[in-house]
Amino acid sequence: MDAIIRVAAQFIMTILGLLLGVIFGIPRERAHLRELDQREAATAQFSVTDIKALPAGIVPAGGSLVIGQVVIGSDYLKTFLSRFRNIFGGEMRSFELMLTRARREARLRMIDQAQRMGATAVVNMRIETSRIGQATRRGGNPMAEVLCYGTAIVPSRGGEVM
Amino acid sequence: MLVVNTEYIPGYEVVEVKGLVQGNTIRAKHVGRDIGASLKNLVGGELKGYTELLTEARREALERMLSQAEQLGANAVVNVRFTTSSIAGGAAELYAYGTAVIARADGAPASEPSTPSI
Repeated sequence: MDAIIRVAAQFIMTILGLLLGVIFGIPRERAHLRELDQREAATAQFSVTDIKALPAGIVPAGGSLVIGQVVIGSDYLKTFLSRFRNIFGGEMRSFELMLTRARREARLRMIDQAQRMGATAVVNMRIETSRIGQATRRGGNPMAEVLCYGTAIVPSRGGEVM
Repeated sequence: MLVVNTEYIPGYEVVEVKGLVQGNTIRAKHVGRDIGASLKNLVGGELKGYTELLTEARREALERMLSQAEQLGANAVVNVRFTTSSIAGGAAELYAYGTAVIARADGAPASEPSTPSI
């Protein structure tokens, strides 16, 4: 009898978790993607590269470390579906999208910091990703941290700030 | 498309920086391969299934990055970096990023009086 109640409770918790994913996870993700699109459009002129040397004729001024950081978590629905993907193999699109969101957010936060300093470009950018918390095959929603860092500069050409 | 993980391409000059390009993919092998790998792990040695998984994922991530570079109208990607992370058990994420640029061969005539920009 106890076992039946335990199984039933687990079943209800699973359904509840999936519902939470559908009701909150999906709309929140869409809202975040819309917000990212807007903010990226607003900072489209800001240039970010991962190279150190600028093309000939461009002189950098200033130079200061800027950092953008974000921790993102998956929702129950995505984790649940990813377990099936793990059985059959293939691409895990939901996690791909989750990490892409985190990277875009981290990059935007870095740009925000650079802009507050008055910089107009970031060079030598690096992105690091690390998994935090428990996320094994048997439970736990994956969490990841994305760290984006670079050097904020003010590039100019022929004495004219770009 | 020239792809290098250095900042300079020998024999070329970077004339324009188009911007950052990136590609990622998260992949998993089917459960049979996972079991095979865990058995192999008992005796050590190369886990062929996972080597294959990461090779595929790396190629896919690189291709996505290159298609972004093509969209920007670049002819080369410099300073390419790869990072691998494991986000869920049994699955691996491959992330590739680099800077899309327009590179001109040394001595080649400038097709237009292009001004360098970033």
